[in-house]
This record gives sequence, C-alpha cells and structure tokens, in this order.
Amino acid sequence: MVENRPFLTFLTHAFLILGFLVVALPVYVAIIASTHDIATLMSGPVPLLPGSHFLENYRQILTSASAANGLPNYSHMALNSLIMAVAIVIGKISISILSAFAIVYFRFPFRQLAFWIIFVTLMLPVEVRIMPTYKIVADLGMLNSWAGLTVPLIASATATFLFRQFFMTIPDEMLEAARVDGAGPMKFFRDILLPLSRTNIAALSVILFIYGWVQYLWPLLVTTDPGYYTLMMAMKRMVTVQDGVIEWQLVMAASVLAMLPPILIVIFMQRLFIRGLTETEK
Amino acid sequence: MNTKKTTFNNRLLPYLLLAPQLFITLVFFIWPAGQAVKSSFEREDPFGLSTVFVGLLHYQRLFEDPNYLSALSRTAVFAVSVTALSMILGLAFAAAVDRLMRSGKIYTTLLVWPYAVAPVVAGVLWWFLFNSTTGLMPFFLEKIGIHWDHDLNGTQAMILIIIAAAWKQVSYNFLFFLAGLQSVPQSLMEAAAIDGSGPVKRFFTISLPLLSPTTFFLFIINVNYTMFDTFPIVDATTVGGPAQATTTLVYKVYQDGYLGLNLGSSSAQSVLLMMIVMVLTFVQFRYVERRVQY
Repeated sequence: MVENRPFLTFLTHAFLILGFLVVALPVYVAIIASTHDIATLMSGPVPLLPGSHFLENYRQILTSASAANGLPNYSHMALNSLIMAVAIVIGKISISILSAFAIVYFRFPFRQLAFWIIFVTLMLPVEVRIMPTYKIVADLGMLNSWAGLTVPLIASATATFLFRQFFMTIPDEMLEAARVDGAGPMKFFRDILLPLSRTNIAALSVILFIYGWVQYLWPLLVTTDPGYYTLMMAMKRMVTVQDGVIEWQLVMAASVLAMLPPILIVIFMQRLFIRGLTETEK
Repeated sequence: MNTKKTTFNNRLLPYLLLAPQLFITLVFFIWPAGQAVKSSFEREDPFGLSTVFVGLLHYQRLFEDPNYLSALSRTAVFAVSVTALSMILGLAFAAAVDRLMRSGKIYTTLLVWPYAVAPVVAGVLWWFLFNSTTGLMPFFLEKIGIHWDHDLNGTQAMILIIIAAAWKQVSYNFLFFLAGLQSVPQSLMEAAAIDGSGPVKRFFTISLPLLSPTTFFLFIINVNYTMFDTFPIVDATTVGGPAQATTTLVYKVYQDGYLGLNLGSSSAQSVLLMMIVMVLTFVQFRYVERRVQY
C-alpha cells in the first residue's frame, strides 16, 4: 500500500467479506439443509438455522444410503472416487515425468513428432471425442473396470510440459557430474531428477487429485455397474427421481461430503495448490 | 525445440520411456479423434451393417438445422456471460486482496476453495438454491415481483447455469489476477502516488494495462472452461431444457450421439468442436506463450 487511506481500507474489507458471504452462500444453505428433515424442506424456503436431523441424515447417507435409487452407500462410492483420483494422480505423473525425461535428456529420431503427438492431447478433451472413445473402450472390454475408468484419462500434455520446463532449468553440470561418476540414465533419473522434482510432483498431485475427484462424464459413460459408481455420478442419480420427491436433505448431505475432501486439500495445502494451478495451466 | 547440450546416448531407452504416454495418446486420443472425423463423412444404416460415404452431408445438415444454430448462439451467450462475470468478480476480489497485504492471505483462503467443488455439485447446489418449492432465491425474488421457475422459463434456466458455472470459476480468475497484480512493480505505484493519482486511478491507468496478458490468457482459458467443463452442470440440473434452452454444443454432442445414437451428426459436431479447441489452443500458444519455444 502506497498511502494510508483508512476509509478505503475499510471499504475493501467490507467488499471482501460481503464477497465471501455471497460465494459461501450455496454451501452454507447446503449444510443447513442437510440438518433438516424432508417435511421442513418441502414446506417452504430453506430455514436459515440448523435443524435437529444432522446425525440422522448423515448416518443414512453413510450406511444405508439411497437403496431406492439403486446406489451403493456413500462410503463405498467415496472409496471409488478416491481410488479413481489416486490412480489418475499416479498414472498421469508417472507417464508424463518419464516422457519429459526422454524428450529433454535424449536425442533420437522422431523426437519432435513424439512431442507433437503429446501436444495434440491438449486439443482433444473427452467431451469432444466421447462416442469413438467410448466405442474403443467398449471394444477393448474395459467397460466397468478400473482400467477403463482411469487409463483413458491419464495422458496429459500439461504435466509433460511442466516437467520438461523444470528439467530445462536443471544445470547441465548435474548431468556431466553424474556421467563422470559413471551413472547411467536411469540412475541419474532416480537419484537426481526425481528428488529434485519433489515439490513439482507434490504441487501437481494436488491439482490432479481434484481433477480426478470431480470427473463426471467419463465415469458416467464407462460404468453401469453400481460397484464402480463414484460420488459425482451419485449426485445426478439422487436428483433424478421419476416419481415422488427428491430427498433434498440427503442430496445436500451427499453434496457436503462430496465437497469436503478436495476443499480441505485446497485449504490445507494452499501453497502447493496455487503452485500446481499456476504452473500446469501455463 | 531445444535440448540439453549434454545428453545420454541410448537408442532404445527414450522410446521405452515415451511408450506409455504415446500408447495412451494414440489409442484413446488420436485414434478416436480420427474415427470421429471418419464417421462424420459416413452414414450407417439402422442396423449398423453397412456405411456409405456421404461427404459433407452431415455438416451441411447441421448448418441448416435451426436446433444446431441456436445451440451455437446459446453456447456463445453462455461462454461470454460466464467469462465476463467470473473475470470481473475475480479481478475485483484480486484488486481488493492486493490492497490489503497483511490480511490478504486470509481472504485468499476464504475465496479459493470453490475451485475444488465439482461442477456437478456446484450445479446441484445452485439448483437447490433456486428450486421453486424449496429454494431461498425464488422466495426473495417473489417479493420483488419476479416469478422464478427455471423448469418452464428458458432464460431463467440459462441464468441458473451461468451463475453456477461462474461461481466455480471466480476463484481461478482471482488467483491469476492476484498473481498478476502482485508482480506490478511497486516503484511504478509509488511514482504515480507522488504525482498525485489516487488508488482508483492507479488501478485503471497502471495495473489494468499491465494485466492485459493475464486477462487475455484467462479469457481463452475461461471460454474453454465454459464450453467443455460445464457439461456436469447442465446434465445434473436442467438436462439441456426446458425446450433445449440450455443445450450447449457439448451437451448436444452427448445428446445426439450417446442418447440419440445419431452417430454421423454427433461426429460432425465433435469435429467442429475440435476445430474450436484447436483455434483456442493455437491462439493461446501463439499470443500468450510467445516467449516459450517448443
């Protein structure tokens, strides 16, 4: 701040607090709604203060859940979401760090071509190629499997670029010294590159975990077996009720539980999160 | 494309290292994209027994189809509204946090988390808030004389998905604008302050012009986000309705291809979308990442 203007500072605080309240409103309402019973919710606008059905609603979601909708219980779906997110994190990071290593530290025919093939993935989001990709996954017999859920999502040009950019900043002397000491490429990778990339890997993991956790369209296409349902798919099934009322108190409890893990990660790993976000998108 | 001056000499190893990523890219990206291009020129008979090459027929039909044309303009309205709304709010928050250096960190934490909320959850939350029987918003809107029912009113349904999509994206724009503002040299600000320009004037004459690369980058990213990543918001709340009022281009690909099994048309739509992403990616790299040499 260049000069001291108490009134403007006050206004700035007021604006930010108001902004936060508006941004937080839907989540606040969701939390409140998840503590009421359906009769209260259906009888008018949502109350603004918590009700007394908190334990009951969350217990129902966590244990019996919405058997009526053909959904397994929340903990099962949360586990599926977790497996999917972690598999995507590990898969994306390992294949992209290896290919970045190959592109930066080796000279070989078709290097440029390989780089462009990876680059093209930026232009082919799953939403655009859904039908043919679905068909290929079906032909390969990968519907309703962990491989089908994760493998088609793990190619990532941005992660490869990130590692490539980072490797370019590592001084050449490192490699020369390693070679003088007689280290082969894989030893150099394991003992020097990998330890140096630790923060990058951590930052990227945070971003990719969120990416994996919020996946919606792909799991929706690939799985028809409730054993593989993720939380995000459940959200839609819970609000698509053919006859009868939507059980809003349960939907809101499920929303709160589905939001919680990634939000906690963002809040507690803020430094890594911001680093991962700003580096992968550029 | 540059490499290290010293490299390893190994013939087979680089190919082995690249193999997993190239394999996945070829099988799940390049091949399906090629298939989409191929079937956009073909027509399959109802039993899937034979295909005929039909040239540009599907494309021609699309551009004669009022449904497609309105989906196109609707998507443009959606993309521009979400981008404008979330960028203006993101910039306003960033400028405010940038002013308050000491307490800025707390506000950053208070504002960044919506990024982590899944689009489908964001859609369901705002849908609930605007739900005509249980929602808070229709209750207040009714008091000022607006009857809210997004199940019947297409414009209101569009407003609903714009709000949900923009809400999720504000935190992203906020972080990038904040980083941009914090890299504005302090000496410029001090010089301007000595010359007697107030904080508001400094913002518009110094910070904002210096932010133009960030703004352009965010514009491209946001358009990309609204076009492709908002599928869950539409699918979980309005399902493209009422009367197709919220059917965006991506949602139409899904409707026509996966639900309607109209492969030729859906593929042609996919190809057109790929071209849009290509243009966006090209522009982003050409104008934003000029300093990066690949």
